[in-house]
Amino acid sequence: MLAAFLGFELIRRVSPLLHTPLMSLTNAISAIAVVGAILITGEKDASTLSRVLGFIAVTASTLNVVSGFLITDRMLKMFKKREPPKP
Amino acid sequence: MTEHVVRIAYIVAAGLFVLALKWMSAPATARRGVFAGEIGMLLAIVGTLLRHEVIDYQWILIAFFLGSAIGIPLAYLMPMTAVPQRTAISHAFGALAAALVGTAEYYRQTPHGFIMGALVLETLLGFVTFTASLMAFGKLQEILPTRPITYRNQNVINLVLLGGALLLGVLLIISPEQRWMFPVFITLSMLFGVLLIVPIGGADMPTVIALLNSYAGLSASAMGFVLGNNLLVIAGALDGSSGFILSVIMCRAMNRSFTNVLFGAFGQVQVSTAQETTQRPVHSATAEEAASLLDSASRVIIVPGYGLAVAQAQHKVRELYDLLTKRGVDVSFAIHPVAGRMPGHMNVLLAEVDIPYDKLHEMDDINSEFAQADVALIIGANDVTNPAARHDRNSPIFGMPILDVDHARIVMVIKRGMSPGFAGIDNELYYLDKTLMLFGDAKAFLTGIVKELPAPARV
Repeated sequence: MLAAFLGFELIRRVSPLLHTPLMSLTNAISAIAVVGAILITGEKDASTLSRVLGFIAVTASTLNVVSGFLITDRMLKMFKKREPPKP
Repeated sequence: MTEHVVRIAYIVAAGLFVLALKWMSAPATARRGVFAGEIGMLLAIVGTLLRHEVIDYQWILIAFFLGSAIGIPLAYLMPMTAVPQRTAISHAFGALAAALVGTAEYYRQTPHGFIMGALVLETLLGFVTFTASLMAFGKLQEILPTRPITYRNQNVINLVLLGGALLLGVLLIISPEQRWMFPVFITLSMLFGVLLIVPIGGADMPTVIALLNSYAGLSASAMGFVLGNNLLVIAGALDGSSGFILSVIMCRAMNRSFTNVLFGAFGQVQVSTAQETTQRPVHSATAEEAASLLDSASRVIIVPGYGLAVAQAQHKVRELYDLLTKRGVDVSFAIHPVAGRMPGHMNVLLAEVDIPYDKLHEMDDINSEFAQADVALIIGANDVTNPAARHDRNSPIFGMPILDVDHARIVMVIKRGMSPGFAGIDNELYYLDKTLMLFGDAKAFLTGIVKELPAPARV
């Protein structure tokens, strides 16, 4: 609840200029599901079912973490390169 | 001992995610935000790997490797014009991960009460978002038709599906042991996800992508409740609220409500009216004429839209911008909140070609300036410039805030043909006397204009 409220407050201030990078960043953050996926995959006596599902889940969320952060940074680098703002 | 370390790692990671979003609010600190996010994620993953429950590393490592092997090239090779597709597909992956964890948890511990409730929510949102995002990806990639597909009783069918999934969800919460219900529940969720996107047209994609972003986050958050993991709850909630806010912003920019976007596809009524009017005369012009008009202008406002992205014309826009600026023409860009296929799409494209960001203006800031502009050059934008939104009560986009391009002295529209935009609505702007239609591919036409611009007069 608190986090949701905090999220609201934070996002409201983001300028539309950065909406796309913002979305790809939150996308990467939502890949925090990797934590849950690791827990079920790495369990001691995991059943084949949870191991298979967990394996796919870890792969999918790692993919998101990696590409999410990298592409966000790539976008922001472009924003960075512009000429310095007018005096 | 490790329990404490893990707990601290989680708290720090959560804090870093909050900071990441906070720093994201300004271009100057945004990259620091990404860095904070990366560190946070690293802490979360390492922390989790340290936990006692995690014994078997083999499969995890293979999955890490596989995910990175696909993810890294994806991030570096993806052209900026394809960012909406990438975002959609990665929502699909994220949601799939959450949904699969939910499924595995169900078969593992078959929880009861509150936790089962969270699990049902996680799986429902996860699978809906998974198929819906795949559909959105298909539409954005133009594998599937981008036009809204509507059929009779569409909303009834969708609601029945959703109702069925919800009913099964509730039954599962009451009696989790009824295992046969779970696969049915999953199937219904996935089917609903598909049908949810079928009627949604290209113009609504920014809203839908933002909404799916929100669902993927909420699903992760629900997973946090299932696993009793606060980090997941927090990170998911941050993501969920961020996506939600973005979709609200998008809806407001189109003067439509959520339900309207989801259930009221721009539909059948307008299609017929569009056909009647396409025969009206329009003025068209060649690249040469356009170039000389631009050359004699002193203020030009460029309005980019999705067509710019499709034609990959952003580099040509930059050339035109350079040439005109060198001539002393004041060039700025007017960006509608829903231009393109996802929030902020145009800003990213123009930033890619180094157009200074103080030249990119939001709708509210620039609308009053169109009256002073000599030329409004519209590149591949349509519905966001349709004056019908201001006065035609019968228009489906009536009330949507638009860019006042018709206030400029001359309006030029680069467009492939007279076909109506993704919303399927005819644009009366094209029939105005001061409007010149420049028919052609955005990139090819801009190349033509750039070539035709006379060499700068030496002073």
